[in-house]
Amino acid sequence: MNQNFSFISDWIKPGSRLLDLGCGDGALLADLTKNHSIRGYGLEIDPQSIEDCIARGVNVIEQDLNNSLDNFADQSFDTVIMTQALQAMRHPHLVLDEMLRIGNECIVTFPNFGSWRTRAYLAFRGRMPVTKQLAYEWYDTPNIHFFTYSDFEALCRERNINVLHRKFIAEQFPDNLLKSLWPNLFTETAVYHLSR
Amino acid sequence: MTSTPLEALAVPTDSIGLVSPQTVLIEKPLTLACGAVLPSHQLVFETYGTLNSDRSNAILICHALSGDHHAAGFHEGASKPGWWNHYIGPGKAMDSDRFFIVSVNNIGSCFGSTGPTSINPKTGEAWGADFPSLRARDWVESQKLLMDHLDIRCWAAVIGGSLGGMQAMRWSLEYPDKLLNAVVIASSMKLSAQNIAFNEIARRAIKSDPDFCDGNYLQEGKAPLHGLALARMIGHVTYLSDEVLGKKFGRELASGDFIDGTGDPVEFEVESYLNYQGDKFSNAFDANSYILITKMLDYFDLAREYNNSPAEAFAHANCKFLLISFSSDWRFSPQRSQEITDALVKAGKNVSYVAIDSNQGHDSFLLPNSRYQAALGGYLSLVADKLESSQ
Repeated sequence: MNQNFSFISDWIKPGSRLLDLGCGDGALLADLTKNHSIRGYGLEIDPQSIEDCIARGVNVIEQDLNNSLDNFADQSFDTVIMTQALQAMRHPHLVLDEMLRIGNECIVTFPNFGSWRTRAYLAFRGRMPVTKQLAYEWYDTPNIHFFTYSDFEALCRERNINVLHRKFIAEQFPDNLLKSLWPNLFTETAVYHLSR
Repeated sequence: MTSTPLEALAVPTDSIGLVSPQTVLIEKPLTLACGAVLPSHQLVFETYGTLNSDRSNAILICHALSGDHHAAGFHEGASKPGWWNHYIGPGKAMDSDRFFIVSVNNIGSCFGSTGPTSINPKTGEAWGADFPSLRARDWVESQKLLMDHLDIRCWAAVIGGSLGGMQAMRWSLEYPDKLLNAVVIASSMKLSAQNIAFNEIARRAIKSDPDFCDGNYLQEGKAPLHGLALARMIGHVTYLSDEVLGKKFGRELASGDFIDGTGDPVEFEVESYLNYQGDKFSNAFDANSYILITKMLDYFDLAREYNNSPAEAFAHANCKFLLISFSSDWRFSPQRSQEITDALVKAGKNVSYVAIDSNQGHDSFLLPNSRYQAALGGYLSLVADKLESSQ
Protein backbone atom coordinates (compact mmCIF):
# COMPACT_ATOMS: atom_id res chain seq x y z
CA MET A 1 0.00 0.00 0.00
CA ASN A 2 1.12 3.54 -0.65
CA GLN A 3 2.84 4.66 2.57
CA ASN A 4 0.61 7.74 2.71
CA PHE A 5 -2.51 5.61 3.06
CA SER A 6 -1.27 3.03 5.55
CA PHE A 7 -3.44 4.61 8.26
CA ILE A 8 -6.52 3.35 6.39
CA SER A 9 -5.85 -0.12 7.77
CA ASP A 10 -6.31 1.26 11.30
CA TRP A 11 -9.91 2.05 10.35
CA ILE A 12 -10.62 -1.48 9.16
CA LYS A 13 -11.16 -4.34 11.58
CA PRO A 14 -9.09 -7.45 10.85
CA GLY A 15 -11.16 -10.19 9.26
CA SER A 16 -13.89 -7.80 8.14
CA ARG A 17 -15.79 -7.89 4.85
CA LEU A 18 -14.65 -5.17 2.51
CA LEU A 19 -15.98 -3.93 -0.84
CA ASP A 20 -13.66 -1.71 -2.91
CA LEU A 21 -15.54 0.36 -5.50
CA GLY A 22 -13.24 1.08 -8.43
CA CYS A 23 -10.49 -1.15 -7.08
CA GLY A 24 -8.01 -0.48 -9.91
CA ASP A 25 -5.21 -3.04 -10.06
CA GLY A 26 -6.25 -4.51 -6.70
CA ALA A 27 -3.12 -3.40 -4.81
CA LEU A 28 -5.06 -2.09 -1.79
CA LEU A 29 -7.21 -5.22 -1.55
CA ALA A 30 -4.17 -7.48 -1.94
CA ASP A 31 -2.37 -5.61 0.83
CA LEU A 32 -5.33 -5.61 3.23
CA THR A 33 -5.97 -9.30 2.52
CA LYS A 34 -2.37 -10.23 3.24
CA ASN A 35 -1.71 -8.00 6.24
CA HIS A 36 -5.16 -7.48 7.67
CA SER A 37 -6.95 -10.77 6.84
CA ILE A 38 -9.88 -8.93 5.29
CA ARG A 39 -12.26 -10.78 2.98
CA GLY A 40 -12.65 -8.43 0.08
CA TYR A 41 -14.10 -7.89 -3.37
CA GLY A 42 -13.31 -5.16 -5.84
CA LEU A 43 -15.58 -3.71 -8.51
CA GLU A 44 -13.89 -2.49 -11.67
CA ILE A 45 -14.65 -1.94 -15.35
CA ASP A 46 -11.23 -1.32 -16.85
CA PRO A 47 -10.15 -4.55 -18.63
CA GLN A 48 -6.44 -4.13 -17.86
CA SER A 49 -7.14 -3.45 -14.17
CA ILE A 50 -9.36 -6.53 -14.03
CA GLU A 51 -6.55 -8.64 -15.51
CA ASP A 52 -4.14 -7.19 -12.95
CA CYS A 53 -6.51 -8.09 -10.10
CA ILE A 54 -6.88 -11.64 -11.40
CA ALA A 55 -3.11 -11.97 -11.72
CA ARG A 56 -2.77 -10.92 -8.05
CA GLY A 57 -5.47 -13.33 -6.94
CA VAL A 58 -7.77 -10.52 -5.84
CA ASN A 59 -11.54 -11.07 -6.12
CA VAL A 60 -12.65 -8.68 -8.85
CA ILE A 61 -16.14 -8.26 -10.24
CA GLU A 62 -16.76 -6.47 -13.51
CA GLN A 63 -19.48 -3.98 -12.69
CA ASP A 64 -20.07 -0.34 -13.61
CA LEU A 65 -20.49 1.81 -10.49
CA ASN A 66 -22.60 4.28 -12.41
CA ASN A 67 -25.22 1.60 -12.85
CA SER A 68 -27.18 0.24 -9.93
CA LEU A 69 -25.46 -1.36 -6.95
CA ASP A 70 -28.79 -3.03 -6.09
CA ASN A 71 -27.20 -6.47 -6.27
CA PHE A 72 -25.50 -5.75 -2.94
CA ALA A 73 -27.74 -6.18 0.09
CA ASP A 74 -28.12 -3.57 2.85
CA GLN A 75 -25.31 -3.69 5.41
CA SER A 76 -23.75 -6.73 3.71
CA PHE A 77 -20.19 -5.38 4.16
CA ASP A 78 -18.34 -3.99 7.16
CA THR A 79 -16.60 -1.36 5.09
CA VAL A 80 -17.13 -0.03 1.57
CA ILE A 81 -14.13 1.86 0.22
CA MET A 82 -13.67 4.14 -2.76
CA THR A 83 -10.29 5.65 -3.56
CA GLN A 84 -9.92 8.58 -5.96
CA ALA A 85 -13.07 7.77 -7.91
CA LEU A 86 -15.89 9.83 -6.37
CA GLN A 87 -15.10 12.74 -8.68
CA ALA A 88 -15.64 10.42 -11.66
CA MET A 89 -19.11 9.23 -10.61
CA ARG A 90 -22.18 10.50 -12.42
CA HIS A 91 -23.98 11.15 -9.11
CA PRO A 92 -21.42 11.23 -6.27
CA HIS A 93 -24.01 11.96 -3.57
CA LEU A 94 -26.10 8.94 -4.57
CA VAL A 95 -23.00 6.73 -4.68
CA LEU A 96 -22.19 7.86 -1.13
CA ASP A 97 -25.71 6.93 -0.06
CA GLU A 98 -25.27 3.51 -1.68
CA MET A 99 -21.91 2.99 0.03
CA LEU A 100 -23.49 3.71 3.41
CA ARG A 101 -26.43 1.44 2.63
CA ILE A 102 -24.21 -1.52 1.63
CA GLY A 103 -21.54 -0.98 4.25
CA ASN A 104 -21.65 -0.32 7.95
CA GLU A 105 -18.90 2.24 7.41
CA CYS A 106 -17.22 3.69 4.38
CA ILE A 107 -13.89 5.19 3.44
CA VAL A 108 -13.61 7.75 0.65
CA THR A 109 -10.55 9.45 -0.76
CA PHE A 110 -10.69 12.27 -3.30
CA PRO A 111 -8.43 14.90 -4.81
CA ASN A 112 -9.03 18.24 -3.10
CA PHE A 113 -9.75 20.84 -5.78
CA GLY A 114 -9.35 23.57 -3.18
CA SER A 115 -5.61 23.03 -2.65
CA TRP A 116 -3.30 26.00 -3.18
CA ARG A 117 -1.83 24.28 -6.22
CA THR A 118 -5.08 24.04 -8.16
CA ARG A 119 -6.20 27.46 -6.93
CA ALA A 120 -2.95 29.00 -8.15
CA TYR A 121 -3.18 27.18 -11.45
CA LEU A 122 -6.63 28.56 -12.13
CA ALA A 123 -5.89 32.02 -10.69
CA PHE A 124 -2.64 32.70 -12.49
CA ARG A 125 -2.93 30.67 -15.67
CA GLY A 126 -6.67 31.15 -16.08
CA ARG A 127 -7.03 27.56 -17.22
CA MET A 128 -8.48 24.43 -15.65
CA PRO A 129 -5.80 22.85 -13.50
CA VAL A 130 -3.85 19.87 -14.76
CA THR A 131 -1.92 18.54 -11.77
CA LYS A 132 -0.43 15.27 -10.65
CA GLN A 133 -3.71 14.49 -8.84
CA LEU A 134 -5.91 15.66 -11.70
CA ALA A 135 -3.79 14.74 -14.67
CA TYR A 136 -6.27 15.26 -17.49
CA GLU A 137 -7.27 18.01 -19.88
CA TRP A 138 -10.79 19.32 -19.19
CA TYR A 139 -12.21 17.95 -22.45
CA ASP A 140 -10.98 14.42 -21.94
CA THR A 141 -11.14 13.49 -18.30
CA PRO A 142 -12.89 10.82 -16.26
CA ASN A 143 -13.16 13.42 -13.48
CA ILE A 144 -16.51 15.08 -14.09
CA HIS A 145 -17.07 16.64 -10.65
CA PHE A 146 -14.57 19.01 -9.08
CA PHE A 147 -15.10 19.66 -5.40
CA THR A 148 -13.12 20.78 -2.41
CA TYR A 149 -12.63 19.59 1.13
CA SER A 150 -15.15 22.25 2.26
CA ASP A 151 -17.70 21.15 -0.34
CA PHE A 152 -17.44 17.58 0.91
CA GLU A 153 -17.81 18.63 4.54
CA ALA A 154 -20.97 20.54 3.57
CA LEU A 155 -22.35 17.50 1.71
CA CYS A 156 -21.79 15.28 4.76
CA ARG A 157 -23.66 17.78 6.97
CA GLU A 158 -26.56 18.05 4.49
CA ARG A 159 -26.94 14.30 4.16
CA ASN A 160 -26.47 13.49 7.86
CA ILE A 161 -23.28 11.55 7.29
CA ASN A 162 -21.04 11.17 10.35
CA VAL A 163 -17.37 11.82 9.85
CA LEU A 164 -15.55 9.24 12.02
CA HIS A 165 -12.07 10.29 10.88
CA ARG A 166 -10.58 12.67 8.36
CA LYS A 167 -7.01 12.77 7.13
CA PHE A 168 -5.34 15.23 4.80
CA ILE A 169 -2.46 14.31 2.59
CA ALA A 170 -0.03 16.56 0.78
CA GLU A 171 3.31 15.33 -0.44
CA GLN A 172 4.95 18.74 -0.03
CA PHE A 173 3.64 19.27 3.49
CA PRO A 174 4.24 16.18 5.56
CA ASP A 175 4.19 18.50 8.57
CA ASN A 176 0.63 18.67 9.84
CA LEU A 177 0.60 22.31 11.07
CA LEU A 178 -0.38 23.96 7.77
CA LYS A 179 -2.84 21.20 6.95
CA SER A 180 -4.55 21.48 10.31
CA LEU A 181 -4.74 25.27 10.12
CA TRP A 182 -5.92 25.49 6.53
CA PRO A 183 -6.90 21.99 5.41
CA ASN A 184 -8.67 23.15 2.29
CA LEU A 185 -5.59 25.01 1.12
CA PHE A 186 -2.88 22.49 1.93
CA THR A 187 -4.58 19.18 1.29
CA GLU A 188 -4.06 17.46 -2.04
CA THR A 189 -5.89 14.28 -1.18
CA ALA A 190 -8.60 14.05 1.44
CA VAL A 191 -9.41 10.76 3.16
CA TYR A 192 -12.68 10.33 5.04
CA HIS A 193 -13.98 7.57 7.26
CA LEU A 194 -17.78 7.82 7.37
CA SER A 195 -20.84 6.23 8.85
CA ARG A 196 -24.51 7.04 9.08
CA MET B 1 17.10 -41.37 -39.70
CA THR B 2 13.41 -41.14 -38.98
CA SER B 3 10.99 -39.45 -41.29
CA THR B 4 8.11 -37.27 -40.18
CA PRO B 5 4.72 -38.60 -41.22
CA LEU B 6 2.87 -36.29 -43.60
CA GLU B 7 -0.13 -36.11 -41.28
CA ALA B 8 2.04 -34.76 -38.48
CA LEU B 9 3.32 -31.99 -40.73
CA ALA B 10 -0.22 -30.81 -41.31
CA VAL B 11 -0.86 -30.38 -37.59
CA PRO B 12 -0.51 -26.71 -36.59
CA THR B 13 2.44 -26.26 -34.27
CA ASP B 14 0.51 -24.22 -31.69
CA SER B 15 -1.69 -27.19 -30.78
CA ILE B 16 -1.05 -30.15 -28.51
CA GLY B 17 -0.59 -32.12 -31.73
CA LEU B 18 -1.88 -35.61 -32.37
CA VAL B 19 -4.06 -37.03 -29.64
CA SER B 20 -6.02 -40.23 -29.25
CA PRO B 21 -8.85 -41.17 -26.91
CA GLN B 22 -8.74 -43.76 -24.16
CA THR B 23 -11.55 -45.96 -22.94
CA VAL B 24 -12.22 -47.18 -19.43
CA LEU B 25 -14.90 -49.53 -18.14
CA ILE B 26 -16.04 -48.27 -14.73
CA GLU B 27 -17.17 -51.44 -12.97
CA LYS B 28 -18.49 -49.78 -9.86
CA PRO B 29 -22.30 -49.47 -10.02
CA LEU B 30 -23.54 -45.93 -10.57
CA THR B 31 -26.86 -45.05 -8.97
CA LEU B 32 -28.45 -42.26 -10.97
CA ALA B 33 -30.54 -39.41 -9.58
CA CYS B 34 -33.68 -41.04 -11.06
CA GLY B 35 -33.01 -44.20 -9.01
CA ALA B 36 -31.88 -46.40 -11.89
CA VAL B 37 -28.53 -48.14 -11.53
CA LEU B 38 -25.91 -48.57 -14.22
CA PRO B 39 -24.06 -51.72 -13.02
CA SER B 40 -21.06 -50.59 -15.02
CA HIS B 41 -20.42 -47.92 -17.60
CA GLN B 42 -17.86 -47.07 -20.22
CA LEU B 43 -16.18 -43.68 -20.46
CA VAL B 44 -14.14 -42.36 -23.37
CA PHE B 45 -11.71 -39.60 -22.48
CA GLU B 46 -8.60 -37.75 -23.61
CA THR B 47 -5.81 -36.26 -21.56
CA TYR B 48 -3.40 -33.47 -22.44
CA GLY B 49 -0.20 -32.71 -20.56
CA THR B 50 1.48 -34.64 -17.75
CA LEU B 51 0.29 -35.40 -14.24
CA ASN B 52 2.85 -34.07 -11.74
CA SER B 53 4.42 -36.23 -9.04
CA ASP B 54 1.92 -35.30 -6.31
CA ARG B 55 -0.99 -35.63 -8.79
CA SER B 56 -2.21 -32.13 -8.01
CA ASN B 57 -2.21 -30.40 -11.42
CA ALA B 58 -5.25 -32.06 -12.99
CA ILE B 59 -8.01 -30.05 -14.65
CA LEU B 60 -11.37 -31.56 -15.53
CA ILE B 61 -13.05 -30.27 -18.69
CA CYS B 62 -16.86 -30.55 -18.70
CA HIS B 63 -18.48 -30.52 -22.11
CA ALA B 64 -21.86 -29.06 -23.03
CA LEU B 65 -24.91 -30.41 -24.88
CA SER B 66 -23.26 -31.61 -28.07
CA GLY B 67 -19.65 -31.82 -26.91
CA ASP B 68 -17.39 -34.81 -26.63
CA HIS B 69 -14.07 -35.89 -25.16
CA HIS B 70 -12.06 -34.47 -28.06
CA ALA B 71 -11.39 -30.97 -26.73
CA ALA B 72 -7.92 -30.24 -28.09
CA GLY B 73 -5.35 -31.32 -30.64
CA PHE B 74 -5.96 -33.43 -33.72
CA HIS B 75 -7.01 -37.01 -34.28
CA GLU B 76 -4.94 -38.93 -36.80
CA GLY B 77 -5.79 -37.70 -40.29
CA ALA B 78 -8.30 -35.11 -39.08
CA SER B 79 -8.23 -31.57 -40.44
CA LYS B 80 -10.26 -30.05 -37.59
CA PRO B 81 -8.98 -29.86 -34.01
CA GLY B 82 -10.93 -30.53 -30.80
CA TRP B 83 -13.78 -28.19 -29.83
CA TRP B 84 -11.84 -26.11 -27.25
CA ASN B 85 -8.52 -26.09 -29.10
CA HIS B 86 -8.32 -22.27 -28.94
CA TYR B 87 -7.94 -22.49 -25.18
CA ILE B 88 -6.31 -25.87 -24.46
CA GLY B 89 -2.75 -26.60 -25.49
CA PRO B 90 0.88 -25.71 -24.85
CA GLY B 91 1.11 -22.09 -23.66
CA LYS B 92 -2.64 -21.59 -24.01
CA ALA B 93 -5.07 -20.45 -21.32
CA MET B 94 -5.49 -24.06 -20.20
CA ASP B 95 -1.80 -24.78 -20.51
CA SER B 96 -0.94 -28.41 -21.20
CA ASP B 97 2.70 -27.62 -20.32
CA ARG B 98 1.61 -26.95 -16.73
CA PHE B 99 -1.62 -28.90 -16.24
CA PHE B 100 -2.80 -32.44 -16.79
CA ILE B 101 -6.10 -31.85 -18.56
CA VAL B 102 -8.80 -34.53 -18.56
CA SER B 103 -11.68 -34.29 -21.03
CA VAL B 104 -14.38 -36.94 -20.83
CA ASN B 105 -17.37 -37.81 -22.97
CA ASN B 106 -20.23 -38.05 -20.50
CA ILE B 107 -22.78 -40.83 -20.13
CA GLY B 108 -25.93 -40.41 -22.18
CA SER B 109 -23.94 -38.83 -24.98
CA CYS B 110 -23.01 -40.69 -28.13
CA PHE B 111 -19.26 -40.61 -28.70
CA GLY B 112 -18.29 -43.91 -27.10
CA SER B 113 -19.33 -43.47 -23.49
CA THR B 114 -22.34 -45.47 -22.30
CA GLY B 115 -25.52 -43.93 -23.70
CA PRO B 116 -28.68 -44.61 -25.68
CA THR B 117 -26.72 -46.21 -28.54
CA SER B 118 -24.99 -48.65 -26.16
CA ILE B 119 -26.31 -52.15 -25.55
CA ASN B 120 -28.61 -52.53 -22.57
CA PRO B 121 -27.25 -55.66 -20.85
CA LYS B 122 -30.77 -56.66 -19.76
CA THR B 123 -32.23 -56.77 -23.27
CA GLY B 124 -29.17 -57.28 -25.43
CA GLU B 125 -30.38 -54.42 -27.62
CA ALA B 126 -29.53 -50.73 -27.77
CA TRP B 127 -30.98 -48.71 -24.91
CA GLY B 128 -32.56 -46.22 -27.30
CA ALA B 129 -35.36 -44.22 -25.69
CA ASP B 130 -35.21 -46.48 -22.60
CA PHE B 131 -31.91 -45.04 -21.39
CA PRO B 132 -32.56 -43.70 -17.88
CA SER B 133 -33.17 -39.99 -17.55
CA LEU B 134 -30.11 -38.07 -16.40
CA ARG B 135 -29.28 -35.07 -14.26
CA ALA B 136 -26.12 -32.96 -14.32
CA ARG B 137 -25.18 -34.54 -10.97
CA ASP B 138 -25.09 -37.96 -12.67
CA TRP B 139 -22.36 -36.64 -14.94
CA VAL B 140 -20.53 -35.33 -11.87
CA GLU B 141 -20.83 -38.76 -10.16
CA SER B 142 -19.53 -40.53 -13.25
CA GLN B 143 -16.66 -38.01 -13.54
CA LYS B 144 -15.88 -38.68 -9.87
CA LEU B 145 -15.49 -42.39 -10.69
CA LEU B 146 -13.10 -41.48 -13.51
CA MET B 147 -11.21 -39.26 -11.04
CA ASP B 148 -10.82 -42.27 -8.72
CA HIS B 149 -9.72 -44.44 -11.63
CA LEU B 150 -7.01 -41.89 -12.51
CA ASP B 151 -6.04 -41.69 -8.81
CA ILE B 152 -6.55 -37.92 -8.69
CA ARG B 153 -7.44 -36.74 -5.20
CA CYS B 154 -8.29 -33.10 -5.96
CA TRP B 155 -8.83 -31.24 -9.22
CA ALA B 156 -6.79 -28.05 -9.56
CA ALA B 157 -9.83 -26.80 -11.48
CA VAL B 158 -13.10 -28.00 -12.94
CA ILE B 159 -13.91 -25.95 -16.03
CA GLY B 160 -16.88 -25.79 -18.36
CA GLY B 161 -19.00 -23.56 -20.56
CA SER B 162 -22.82 -23.63 -20.73
CA LEU B 163 -23.96 -27.06 -19.43
CA GLY B 164 -20.27 -27.58 -18.62
CA GLY B 165 -20.42 -24.65 -16.19
CA MET B 166 -23.41 -26.27 -14.51
CA GLN B 167 -21.32 -29.39 -13.87
CA ALA B 168 -18.50 -27.26 -12.43
CA MET B 169 -20.96 -25.59 -10.03
CA ARG B 170 -22.47 -28.96 -9.08
CA TRP B 171 -18.96 -30.31 -8.39
CA SER B 172 -18.38 -27.42 -5.99
CA LEU B 173 -21.47 -28.41 -3.96
CA GLU B 174 -21.27 -32.22 -4.17
CA TYR B 175 -17.52 -32.58 -3.63
CA PRO B 176 -16.40 -29.31 -2.04
CA ASP B 177 -13.01 -30.73 -1.05
CA LYS B 178 -12.27 -32.32 -4.41
CA LEU B 179 -11.61 -29.14 -6.39
CA LEU B 180 -9.65 -25.95 -5.74
CA ASN B 181 -11.25 -23.85 -8.49
CA ALA B 182 -14.44 -23.84 -10.52
CA VAL B 183 -14.46 -21.92 -13.79
CA VAL B 184 -18.03 -21.31 -14.94
CA ILE B 185 -18.34 -19.84 -18.43
CA ALA B 186 -21.52 -18.61 -20.17
CA SER B 187 -23.64 -20.62 -17.78
CA SER B 188 -26.63 -20.32 -15.46
CA MET B 189 -28.02 -21.71 -12.20
CA LYS B 190 -31.17 -22.74 -14.07
CA LEU B 191 -32.69 -22.42 -17.50
CA SER B 192 -35.17 -19.68 -18.28
CA ALA B 193 -38.63 -20.48 -19.66
CA GLN B 194 -37.41 -19.22 -23.04
CA ASN B 195 -34.50 -21.67 -22.93
CA ILE B 196 -36.78 -24.59 -22.06
CA ALA B 197 -39.10 -23.48 -24.87
CA PHE B 198 -36.31 -23.69 -27.45
CA ASN B 199 -35.33 -27.13 -26.14
CA GLU B 200 -38.92 -28.37 -26.39
CA ILE B 201 -39.20 -27.14 -30.00
CA ALA B 202 -36.02 -29.08 -30.75
CA ARG B 203 -37.34 -32.24 -29.08
CA ARG B 204 -40.66 -32.00 -30.89
CA ALA B 205 -38.83 -31.59 -34.20
CA ILE B 206 -37.03 -34.89 -33.52
CA LYS B 207 -40.14 -36.73 -32.34
CA SER B 208 -42.13 -35.52 -35.35
CA ASP B 209 -39.80 -37.29 -37.74
CA PRO B 210 -41.54 -40.53 -38.90
CA ASP B 211 -38.17 -42.28 -38.67
CA PHE B 212 -38.02 -41.54 -34.92
CA CYS B 213 -40.20 -44.64 -34.28
CA ASP B 214 -40.90 -43.60 -30.66
CA GLY B 215 -37.17 -43.60 -30.05
CA ASN B 216 -36.62 -47.17 -31.25
CA TYR B 217 -35.17 -46.17 -34.61
CA LEU B 218 -31.97 -48.18 -34.10
CA GLN B 219 -33.95 -51.43 -33.80
CA GLU B 220 -35.87 -50.44 -36.93
CA GLY B 221 -32.67 -49.67 -38.81
CA LYS B 222 -33.69 -46.05 -39.24
CA ALA B 223 -32.59 -42.62 -37.98
CA PRO B 224 -34.60 -39.39 -37.59
CA LEU B 225 -31.99 -37.39 -39.51
CA HIS B 226 -34.45 -34.78 -40.71
CA GLY B 227 -35.89 -34.09 -37.24
CA LEU B 228 -32.48 -33.98 -35.59
CA ALA B 229 -31.18 -31.61 -38.28
CA LEU B 230 -34.14 -29.32 -37.67
CA ALA B 231 -33.53 -29.46 -33.89
CA ARG B 232 -29.91 -28.49 -34.42
CA MET B 233 -30.82 -25.65 -36.81
CA ILE B 234 -33.09 -24.15 -34.14
CA GLY B 235 -30.42 -24.52 -31.49
CA HIS B 236 -27.66 -23.23 -33.71
CA VAL B 237 -29.47 -19.97 -34.46
CA THR B 238 -29.96 -19.36 -30.74
CA TYR B 239 -26.25 -19.87 -30.05
CA LEU B 240 -25.36 -17.04 -32.44
CA SER B 241 -26.26 -13.36 -32.33
CA ASP B 242 -28.28 -11.40 -34.86
CA GLU B 243 -25.18 -9.29 -35.47
CA VAL B 244 -22.84 -12.16 -36.22
CA LEU B 245 -25.33 -13.85 -38.56
CA GLY B 246 -25.75 -10.51 -40.34
CA LYS B 247 -22.01 -10.02 -40.62
CA LYS B 248 -21.37 -13.56 -41.77
CA PHE B 249 -24.18 -13.92 -44.29
CA GLY B 250 -26.13 -10.70 -44.67
CA ARG B 251 -28.71 -11.27 -47.41
CA GLU B 252 -26.25 -12.83 -49.82
CA LEU B 253 -27.67 -15.51 -52.07
CA ALA B 254 -26.23 -19.00 -52.37
CA SER B 255 -28.20 -19.67 -55.55
CA GLY B 256 -30.81 -18.10 -57.83
CA ASP B 257 -31.51 -14.40 -58.05
CA PHE B 258 -34.39 -12.03 -57.50
CA ILE B 259 -35.12 -11.45 -61.20
CA ASP B 260 -38.42 -13.08 -62.14
CA GLY B 261 -38.44 -15.91 -64.55
CA THR B 262 -34.95 -17.27 -64.06
CA GLY B 263 -36.42 -20.51 -62.81
CA ASP B 264 -33.77 -21.00 -60.11
CA PRO B 265 -35.17 -21.04 -56.58
CA VAL B 266 -33.67 -18.34 -54.41
CA GLU B 267 -31.59 -19.61 -51.51
CA PHE B 268 -29.94 -17.25 -49.04
CA GLU B 269 -26.44 -18.03 -47.80
CA VAL B 270 -27.76 -18.30 -44.26
CA GLU B 271 -30.23 -21.00 -45.33
CA SER B 272 -27.51 -22.95 -47.04
CA TYR B 273 -25.26 -22.62 -43.98
CA LEU B 274 -27.95 -23.70 -41.52
CA ASN B 275 -29.02 -26.67 -43.63
CA TYR B 276 -25.41 -27.77 -43.92
CA GLN B 277 -24.90 -27.45 -40.15
CA GLY B 278 -28.11 -29.34 -39.44
CA ASP B 279 -27.27 -32.21 -41.78
CA LYS B 280 -23.69 -32.44 -40.55
CA PHE B 281 -24.90 -32.64 -36.96
CA SER B 282 -27.67 -35.18 -37.55
CA ASN B 283 -25.17 -37.55 -39.12
CA ALA B 284 -22.82 -37.25 -36.13
CA PHE B 285 -25.18 -37.13 -33.12
CA ASP B 286 -27.82 -39.44 -31.71
CA ALA B 287 -31.41 -38.18 -31.47
CA ASN B 288 -32.14 -39.94 -28.16
CA SER B 289 -28.99 -38.40 -26.69
CA TYR B 290 -30.17 -34.98 -27.83
CA ILE B 291 -33.53 -35.44 -26.11
CA LEU B 292 -31.89 -36.85 -22.97
CA ILE B 293 -29.34 -34.04 -22.60
CA THR B 294 -31.73 -31.17 -23.41
CA LYS B 295 -33.98 -32.59 -20.66
CA MET B 296 -30.99 -32.63 -18.33
CA LEU B 297 -30.48 -28.94 -19.08
CA ASP B 298 -34.15 -28.16 -18.44
CA TYR B 299 -34.19 -29.97 -15.09
CA PHE B 300 -30.98 -28.36 -13.81
CA ASP B 301 -31.73 -26.10 -10.85
CA LEU B 302 -28.69 -25.54 -8.69
CA ALA B 303 -30.48 -24.17 -5.64
CA ARG B 304 -33.72 -26.17 -5.67
CA GLU B 305 -32.67 -28.52 -2.88
CA TYR B 306 -31.22 -25.61 -0.88
CA ASN B 307 -34.55 -23.86 -0.24
CA ASN B 308 -34.19 -22.24 -3.65
CA SER B 309 -31.52 -20.01 -2.18
CA PRO B 310 -28.40 -19.80 -4.36
CA ALA B 311 -26.40 -18.28 -1.48
CA GLU B 312 -27.43 -21.15 0.78
CA ALA B 313 -26.34 -23.59 -1.94
CA PHE B 314 -22.94 -21.96 -2.41
CA ALA B 315 -22.41 -21.87 1.35
CA HIS B 316 -21.43 -25.56 0.85
CA ALA B 317 -18.65 -24.72 -1.63
CA ASN B 318 -15.01 -24.43 -0.62
CA CYS B 319 -13.33 -23.67 -3.94
CA LYS B 320 -12.61 -20.37 -5.64
CA PHE B 321 -14.70 -19.33 -8.63
CA LEU B 322 -14.10 -17.57 -11.90
CA LEU B 323 -17.20 -16.51 -13.83
CA ILE B 324 -17.12 -15.38 -17.45
CA SER B 325 -20.01 -14.12 -19.61
CA PHE B 326 -20.38 -12.67 -23.10
CA SER B 327 -22.43 -9.58 -23.92
CA SER B 328 -24.27 -10.95 -26.98
CA ASP B 329 -25.11 -14.33 -25.40
CA TRP B 330 -28.90 -14.36 -25.19
CA ARG B 331 -29.28 -18.08 -24.28
CA PHE B 332 -27.12 -17.71 -21.14
CA SER B 333 -27.04 -13.95 -20.77
CA PRO B 334 -24.52 -12.00 -18.64
CA GLN B 335 -27.34 -11.45 -16.13
CA ARG B 336 -27.26 -15.19 -15.33
CA SER B 337 -23.52 -15.03 -14.56
CA GLN B 338 -24.09 -11.89 -12.48
CA GLU B 339 -26.67 -13.83 -10.42
CA ILE B 340 -24.15 -16.60 -9.77
CA THR B 341 -21.55 -13.99 -8.78
CA ASP B 342 -23.99 -12.21 -6.45
CA ALA B 343 -24.89 -15.50 -4.75
CA LEU B 344 -21.20 -16.34 -4.27
CA VAL B 345 -20.50 -12.89 -2.79
CA LYS B 346 -23.49 -13.29 -0.49
CA ALA B 347 -22.14 -16.68 0.59
CA GLY B 348 -18.74 -15.07 1.22
CA LYS B 349 -16.90 -17.18 -1.37
CA ASN B 350 -13.91 -16.12 -3.42
CA VAL B 351 -15.13 -15.11 -6.87
CA SER B 352 -14.04 -13.05 -9.83
CA TYR B 353 -16.41 -12.18 -12.66
CA VAL B 354 -15.41 -11.00 -16.12
CA ALA B 355 -18.15 -9.69 -18.45
CA ILE B 356 -16.66 -9.83 -21.92
CA ASP B 357 -17.84 -7.77 -24.85
CA SER B 358 -18.38 -10.10 -27.79
CA ASN B 359 -20.73 -10.19 -30.77
CA GLN B 360 -20.52 -13.98 -31.21
CA GLY B 361 -23.47 -15.00 -29.00
CA HIS B 362 -23.42 -18.09 -26.78
CA ASP B 363 -20.78 -19.70 -29.03
CA SER B 364 -18.32 -17.01 -27.82
CA PHE B 365 -17.06 -19.44 -25.21
CA LEU B 366 -15.56 -21.58 -27.97
CA LEU B 367 -14.09 -18.77 -30.08
CA PRO B 368 -10.87 -16.73 -29.89
CA ASN B 369 -11.17 -13.55 -27.82
CA SER B 370 -8.22 -11.72 -26.30
CA ARG B 371 -9.95 -10.68 -23.06
CA TYR B 372 -11.32 -14.19 -22.54
CA GLN B 373 -7.84 -15.60 -23.17
CA ALA B 374 -6.24 -13.14 -20.74
CA ALA B 375 -8.78 -13.65 -17.94
CA LEU B 376 -8.85 -17.45 -18.10
CA GLY B 377 -5.10 -17.69 -18.75
CA GLY B 378 -4.24 -15.21 -15.99
CA TYR B 379 -6.46 -16.97 -13.48
CA LEU B 380 -5.10 -20.45 -14.25
CA SER B 381 -1.52 -19.21 -14.40
CA LEU B 382 -1.83 -18.15 -10.76
CA VAL B 383 -3.30 -21.58 -9.93
CA ALA B 384 -0.31 -23.23 -11.62
CA ASP B 385 2.16 -20.90 -9.84
CA LYS B 386 0.76 -21.94 -6.46
CA LEU B 387 0.85 -25.66 -7.33
CA GLU B 388 4.40 -25.45 -8.64
CA SER B 389 5.69 -23.49 -5.65
CA SER B 390 4.26 -26.06 -3.22
CA GLN B 391 5.74 -29.01 -5.10
